[in-house]
Amino acid sequence: MGNMTLEDVNSMYLDVLKEIGNIGAGNATSAIAGMLGIKVDMNVPNVRLMEVSQLGMAVGAEDETIVGIFLEVENDIEGSMMFLLDIPSAWYLVNKLMMTDRGPETPFGEMELSALKEIGNIIAGSYLSALSSLTKLVILPSVPYIAVDMAASILSVPAIQFGQFGDNALLIQTEICADVAINGYFILMPEQESYEKILSALGISV
Amino acid sequence: MSKVIKVGMADLNICKAPDVITTLGLGSCIGLVFYDPVTKVGGMVHYMLPDSTKVRNNSNIAKFADTGINELLRRVVAAGANKRRLVAKIAGGAKMFEVSGLSEVGNIGARNAEAAKAILKQLGIRLVAEETGLNYGRTVELHCETGEFHIKSVGKPLKII
Repeated sequence: MGNMTLEDVNSMYLDVLKEIGNIGAGNATSAIAGMLGIKVDMNVPNVRLMEVSQLGMAVGAEDETIVGIFLEVENDIEGSMMFLLDIPSAWYLVNKLMMTDRGPETPFGEMELSALKEIGNIIAGSYLSALSSLTKLVILPSVPYIAVDMAASILSVPAIQFGQFGDNALLIQTEICADVAINGYFILMPEQESYEKILSALGISV
Repeated sequence: MSKVIKVGMADLNICKAPDVITTLGLGSCIGLVFYDPVTKVGGMVHYMLPDSTKVRNNSNIAKFADTGINELLRRVVAAGANKRRLVAKIAGGAKMFEVSGLSEVGNIGARNAEAAKAILKQLGIRLVAEETGLNYGRTVELHCETGEFHIKSVGKPLKII
């Protein structure tokens, strides 16, 4: 042990992560619904491994501006996670939360950025608590950090994290459906030893 | 007509006048270019990590500063550049998220930029311009006709170094 890489992760593990994603999405849905006062559905249509060098293109054009919310996680599992949203989806959620009606061409102000951090926090937290309750591992997220910049620049952060121990990254695509469909992506980046912990806690041997 | 050659993440390539070589959205990674102003031959590497010897899985040489910069040097010299005339420029190495403390995520950009400087010094190649650090992404282009290095960022004017 100790040599496990993402390349060894089998399809069963992907199915389990997808299921955790679904449960997490369920939790997040109730949280967002409460916060925004609207009915939302969320599902996890797609979990995939992709080459680190392709990660910059995972959520659209490399130079398209997107929103990235980043959290570090610690305790039983060490690592970090990221939640990504395109600009129209981000404005949609901000407008719902702040009861405003502002356009996707406007830059985000301080208030909007902190609203987005909170949304990212809730969504990421819901996912982590699903992972935590299934694995019985304690996972504590840090405060959220935010960046609004080119997709490839934001995705260089997880690409580098994954790049340190392999050539693949794990991407979980999420769809939030309210009046409009919102596309978001999770990227979960446990450190190498934490993969084994997650797998063995889930009763999977690779 | 000049064409545009695209370099991806953990990738490298060479370029000759009148062509342009580009990489989109550098974050904490570094885009390093070599350029020979006489033969107008240049090249770019977009590396992600400072040191291949610290990583077990290091088969992609363009992913690391040490192996990537050396390979780029070999390629531009093979394409007609003279090592003694070569100059280097770098961009990227941003801290995309204002993470507190000295975590990996917080300082990898700075470490990537330092790695370029150390390796160039070893190789005896001059670093003539840099635009690194801070907290935003950069799209860069090397124009092989002029040797200009163009840097574009969201909400900022074009910068030429």
